[in-house]
Amino acid sequence: MKKMTLANLLLAGVITAGIAMQAQAHRAWILPSSTVLSGDDPYVTFDAAVSNTIFFPDHVALGADAVTAIAPNGEKVALENAARGKYRTTFDVQLKEKGTYKIGLASSGLRAFWKDDEGNRKMWPGRGQQANDADFATAVPKNAKELRVSQSSRRIETFVTAGEPSDTVLKPEGVGLELVPVTHPNDLYAGEAAKFKLLIDGEPAKGADVVLIPGGSRYRDNQDEIKVKADTAGLFSVTWPSAGQYFMEAEYEDNKAKAPATVRSASYAATFEVLPM
Amino acid sequence: MEITLFKKLAAAAFIAGGCIAGAAQAQTLQVSIEIPRLNVAEYHKPYVAVWLEDEARKATQIAVWYDLEMRNNEGKKWLKDLRQWWRRGGRSLDVPVDGITSATYGPGEHALDVVIAESDLAKLAPGKYRLRVEAAREVGGRELVEIPLTWPLEKSSLPLSAKGEEELGSIRIAMLP
Repeated sequence: MKKMTLANLLLAGVITAGIAMQAQAHRAWILPSSTVLSGDDPYVTFDAAVSNTIFFPDHVALGADAVTAIAPNGEKVALENAARGKYRTTFDVQLKEKGTYKIGLASSGLRAFWKDDEGNRKMWPGRGQQANDADFATAVPKNAKELRVSQSSRRIETFVTAGEPSDTVLKPEGVGLELVPVTHPNDLYAGEAAKFKLLIDGEPAKGADVVLIPGGSRYRDNQDEIKVKADTAGLFSVTWPSAGQYFMEAEYEDNKAKAPATVRSASYAATFEVLPM
Repeated sequence: MEITLFKKLAAAAFIAGGCIAGAAQAQTLQVSIEIPRLNVAEYHKPYVAVWLEDEARKATQIAVWYDLEMRNNEGKKWLKDLRQWWRRGGRSLDVPVDGITSATYGPGEHALDVVIAESDLAKLAPGKYRLRVEAAREVGGRELVEIPLTWPLEKSSLPLSAKGEEELGSIRIAMLP
């Protein structure tokens, strides 16, 4: 199983409740300075943070250690000038090759929640810690009260394109909740419908809940959420009401987990830029 | 009013056309584009793209004016700001392209002459099209003006024209004899 560190991402809310939905108050995002680029070897600079307000760094920086940038040829490219501030992390990526790049992080693994003999809440892995599934047997008492074991995964992504869009980085890995764009993520325009497909471990994520929120929520009274549900094929579509940056979050949960887990839960978040017509 | 003619293609065509005769081959499409003089603190000549789009939005490129003179091709960095053009084929174009790209032009009326027989226009299927002219100016605005037309152009319908409001003045389509 593929694994990457998520140290700074796992917030108290996610772990104690064991349900990613609870993390709604804080949203982790990677925001590109631009998504459609021309010219030779352009640079894109990114902000990465976990915040209450979309694209406004007000909580904690999202560490760059686990972030990978994948070039159109499938190779990893280095993040440059990574710097962690109090509220946001910034880094640059140079697009030396024409095509679409994917920048993001992903993690998956077992989590357990239970109560010990004194009735205290316990969890594994501990807050902010990264566990190895192999340690599950020794770290979690199997007869503990209210033991709940979940197989959970999380993914945060964004896409940028130099020149003509390409598809290589859009191929799913078959792990956790993934977005397979039918409409290219760097070809989104206000007033046009975009279609996407969600997969859970490579299969259609039937009925996954999707929320899309336009950036700039700091300057309006409402979230202006667009709520959509993936159909039985994992497909959903959205017609962009206006141009701007959008935060998308999808949640999925079922009981088709592999033992020792009983619950399979996954979340997917992405940043999209929608351009004016 | 200052008038600049892009005669690179046209001049060659006139000579060739004169020899071969045959009015059809020598047909030249002229697109006049007015760049308005703007009273702004910081003025840069706009990037301009001109293309013909069919009903399926397939584009036939006619012209792109961008900053060719910047060091290390830095001017190409801003081509994406012609954002409709970029989507309609700009992003798959390896600029500069002979006969299509040229330097930017300042305020005034500029005539773009395209010898149909020597351009991609010769391959166009008859039908409904839109001529689209997009302008984007550094630290300024962006504007897209379009003129619906039927190809091949009926001489009796010419000239066709439209007018922009900010970054573009009047746009006119004519056929040179």
